[in-house]
Amino acid sequence: MMRTMKSIIFAAAAVAVSFGFTGATKAHEGIELPEQAWAQSGPMGRIDKAQAQRGFQVYKEICSNCHSLNLASYRNLKGIGFTEDQVKVIAAGVQVQDGPNDQGEMFMRPGIQSDRFVKPFANDKAARVANNGALPPDLSVMVKARHGGEDYITALLTGYAEAPAGVSVPDGKYYNKYFASGTIGMPQMLFDDSITYADGTKATALQESKDVAVFLSYIAEPTQDERKALGIKVILFLIVFSGLMYACKRQLWADVH
Amino acid sequence: MALYPSKFKNPLINWIDARLPIFTLMHHEYIEFQMPRNVNYLWAFGAIGMLLLMTMIATGIMLAMQYTPNTLLAFDSVEHIMRDVNYGWLLRYMHANAGAFFFLAIYVHIFRGLYYGSYQKPRELIWILGVLIYLLMMATGFLGYVLPWGQMSFWAATVITNLFSAFPVVGDPIVTWLWGGFSVDNPTLNRFFALHYLMPFVLLGVVLLHLSALHITGSNNPLGIEIKGPQDSVPFHPYVTIKDLFAFSVYLILFSVFLFFMPNYMGHPDNYIPANALVTPSHIVPEWYFLPWYAILRAIPDKLGGTVMMFAAVLVLVVLPWLDTSKVKSLVFKPVSRLFFWVFAADCILLGFCGANPPDGIWVVAARLGTIYYFAYFLVALPLLGKFERPRPRPASIAEAILKGGGSVHAHAATAQPMEKA
Ligand code: HEC
Ligand code: HEM
Repeated sequence: MMRTMKSIIFAAAAVAVSFGFTGATKAHEGIELPEQAWAQSGPMGRIDKAQAQRGFQVYKEICSNCHSLNLASYRNLKGIGFTEDQVKVIAAGVQVQDGPNDQGEMFMRPGIQSDRFVKPFANDKAARVANNGALPPDLSVMVKARHGGEDYITALLTGYAEAPAGVSVPDGKYYNKYFASGTIGMPQMLFDDSITYADGTKATALQESKDVAVFLSYIAEPTQDERKALGIKVILFLIVFSGLMYACKRQLWADVH
Repeated sequence: MALYPSKFKNPLINWIDARLPIFTLMHHEYIEFQMPRNVNYLWAFGAIGMLLLMTMIATGIMLAMQYTPNTLLAFDSVEHIMRDVNYGWLLRYMHANAGAFFFLAIYVHIFRGLYYGSYQKPRELIWILGVLIYLLMMATGFLGYVLPWGQMSFWAATVITNLFSAFPVVGDPIVTWLWGGFSVDNPTLNRFFALHYLMPFVLLGVVLLHLSALHITGSNNPLGIEIKGPQDSVPFHPYVTIKDLFAFSVYLILFSVFLFFMPNYMGHPDNYIPANALVTPSHIVPEWYFLPWYAILRAIPDKLGGTVMMFAAVLVLVVLPWLDTSKVKSLVFKPVSRLFFWVFAADCILLGFCGANPPDGIWVVAARLGTIYYFAYFLVALPLLGKFERPRPRPASIAEAILKGGGSVHAHAATAQPMEKA
């Protein structure tokens, strides 16, 4: 009787918890996100550096026109396989405001590794004016800030379609079923061959979206691979330690029971 | 000028101990202290709670060295810790996840107490101090959640502080006073940081009282029968220390799985969006360990009523030792009460789900039924069950139960038919 009672409660809890899991892949009420295969998912998963580099190319050529990446520095690019020299060249490709100098004036200079990514607009107001009143959010932690993470980014970037009958799309808005309100202020940005990849990968819209999602995943948490690698060591240690403690406990208690 | 007659051989220790007998105290409390020999692994959760409290304090102090309690800087300073501080990501994720695992351990600890009647005479004060610890934990957890200054931080702070506005006349002035202004803003964040730093040390103080009281009565055990002689107990060290070490290690494995592989699983994505007073999240939810209380709050259609019921739901635990009229502690001997207990446990989980879901349709009905059962369990079931349920026969002592039960500590086998095995 008690046994069955307990197993029912545990089963209920287990079902409930797995509901919680599936809930995580929904963008918002009722809309299921297509799930992609990600090299970085799971404890053994690691960021695919070549893919993240392609994603950086997408960000740099397209997204960076509207979206800032305020929390990331150019040096972070070393974590996806760019060499020190490559990063220096990338950083030097932007102009950064510095100062004031001895004359009390601000001046522009080429970027260095420790600079944060430069932002496209001076402030939020300027960003809104350029985008029909919509504010392009900072993308630094975007992957962590939405249910579904990388899957959501990919779905959103490829989710543009003709609005179904009955849905009115205001001027300057676009229909996108994965966006919470259904109409988004960002036009479709990624099409087949929007990018010419340096490594020769075929640039379909889906490929570009996935690549930029991987790059943003890395930027959202540059230490994620390190975290998982440390986790495996810690858990292996704890398993061995638990075994030892259990053996000691058994031996000690042998004459007590 | 008499000194305390210390028994320690080491001259330095002896010299100190004779003047300040802390070594004798520790020896008495953690080496010779007698534990019932039949305690099971549920008795490790108090110590696990202690381990996590220490973890919270250690990681918290290190985080505070880098964190900035200013509305313009707080969010970025947390990200600075995650990105630029050596192993800052580890500190921050440890603090966030250990908080949840602290609550988990204490929930097991509390339900252990409910099941084995550990709150009954003579342990009423241990229990009441425990409830105080739990209240302090809730306050600390809530204050800490506000610090990263994400959307959930800001809106949780707004919703929870606003509860006080439900009280007539004094309500609004109290809220303004709590905020230090006319909305949740920089002064609020500043004081929340100061209090979040302070509370754990108050908590630590109450834990010490909790333990002082425990060391007068000694620990309860699965049979709920007091120790009657040396054959019933084992010294704390090495028997319980080794058992606790094993329990720590297993608990830490579970903790590590979350910490290293899904550190944000128990968090909410909206808290990675910087706080914005102009945008209300579509669905404001507290951390999972507050969900049952949140469900009770929203089950009552009236704001004042909900607030009062929510506080009452926690405070009813204070008088529990007097609500339970049974003379027998452990539910092992009370099958009917046991059934009510497991329904109560399920009810708390159900309330958790009600708290996680939007308050409409079936969830409102479930939350109301859940709230009724919650209070009925304490206010109706326990007083009546104690009077009317006839407990099964109990063994004369812990040692007898163990010897006659064929070596197993498992109380069911040992005591269900004490006559047959005799
Ligand atoms: C022409 C400017 C522009 C470009 C280029 C652009 N975006 Fe956007 N983006 C916006 C605007 C504006 C919004 C805000 C939309 C709204 O709130 O309706 C937005 C919103 C977003 C969001 C947030 C959606 C949400 O759930 O709130 C993501 C993610 C995003 N963009 C990703 C990208 C990526 C990745 C790229 C590069 C492939 C990109 N954007 C290129 C203008 C742009
Ligand atoms: C910071 C949180 C807490 C810590 C560190 C803590 C620590 C401990 C420890 C180490 C013990 C002895 C070992 C054991 O029996 O488990 C204990 C016993 C006890 N605790 Fe706690 N505790 C905490 C919170 C609580 C709470 C919230 C309650 C109940 C509301 C509670 C109720 C009890 C009771 C009744 C006992 C005596 C139990 C017995 O011997 O059966 N404790 N506590």
